[in-house]
Amino acid sequence: MNDPQHVAKHVKTYLVVFGALILGTILTVAVYFKHFESVALAIAIALIIATVKASLVAGFFMHLVSERKTIYVIMAFTAFFFVGLMALTIWAMNDSPAMSGSTQRAPHPVAAPAHHVP
Amino acid sequence: MDIPFTVKLRDDTNLYNAKVGIWLFLGSEVMLFGALFSSYILLRVGAPAGTWPHGLLNVPIGAFNTIVLIVSSVTVVMSWASLKLGNPGKFRFYQAITLLCALSFLTIKSFEYRDKFTHYEIWKTDGTRMTGHIEGSPYFWSTRTLKDKKLDQVVFHPDPHHYAEPVQRHEAGGGAEHEGHAAISVPASEIARLSAFVPAHSTYFAIYFTLTALHGLHVFGGALVIGYLWGPGAKLWKTDPERFTNRIEISGLFWHFVDLVWIFLFPVLYLL
Repeated sequence: MNDPQHVAKHVKTYLVVFGALILGTILTVAVYFKHFESVALAIAIALIIATVKASLVAGFFMHLVSERKTIYVIMAFTAFFFVGLMALTIWAMNDSPAMSGSTQRAPHPVAAPAHHVP
Repeated sequence: MDIPFTVKLRDDTNLYNAKVGIWLFLGSEVMLFGALFSSYILLRVGAPAGTWPHGLLNVPIGAFNTIVLIVSSVTVVMSWASLKLGNPGKFRFYQAITLLCALSFLTIKSFEYRDKFTHYEIWKTDGTRMTGHIEGSPYFWSTRTLKDKKLDQVVFHPDPHHYAEPVQRHEAGGGAEHEGHAAISVPASEIARLSAFVPAHSTYFAIYFTLTALHGLHVFGGALVIGYLWGPGAKLWKTDPERFTNRIEISGLFWHFVDLVWIFLFPVLYLL
């Protein structure tokens, strides 16, 4: 990554990644306005796109695709504990039966709808 | 005394020290934001059905801010590449765009915050609720404000929809909250609770402000460092260009992380 020729080659990659990130953002918003019936599917698609975008930033802009072993070791520890943090949320769903099904939006609000005083 | 391994690579890590340092720091940052994201998920799935607000944030503005940060990420990496190619002029140009992007992001975010601080929900004594704007768009009013100001009524411009009602997403996300109905007078005696969209309003706004304010602080901090290296700190290029380039790489890694966090914040807070 130190010689100018190598860097010049990478500049093209940066621009391609930039295009992909913009495309990913447009796609995320398009999925939102598409209004899927399944909330779970909408969440999954949005998070998959976000993960792909984040991977592109980390991989190419932060050069993680061609880093030294030390950096990978640091990131491996981080990833392990990060996954643990996220797993806690899944395990916690068993704490309360009400939590497991509450990601679906209710057809009507619990509270009464807005009432306008004349 | 010279600081060792600012440019020269260490034998054991094959890296200069600052690079190991920033990655360790970023690892801790991942855990910080990870803990907050984890909290968000727990609060979101634990919320009683129909109580989690939807459509209160402006999606086009959020998407625009996402693009602003993506552009800044590209200019950061291009500025580093420019230095590697021995072109400090281009470095200054790209980093100037980065700083403009950072400023734009924070300005847009502050307008979004302002919009929330002047947007209200009223819980009435009969159990009904409505959102909207108080005449004159005052900031941070609460139930206590009514007593302090000895108001016997509030002139309110209600929104067409309450956030807990099932509305079409495109209606809610495009700023429909501003298309308020005609002003109505709500007697203070009928108001059980009044709150602006501030952290105290609800769990949703508590986690929203925590996440976005922490992220905003990171944008501000990153911009300060980039600004310093763009201005007075750039002198180092003349005396030790390799060390200066490494500093730009380190500040760039932090900036990319800030962008990366927003990439997740945008869909999680604005779209889900």
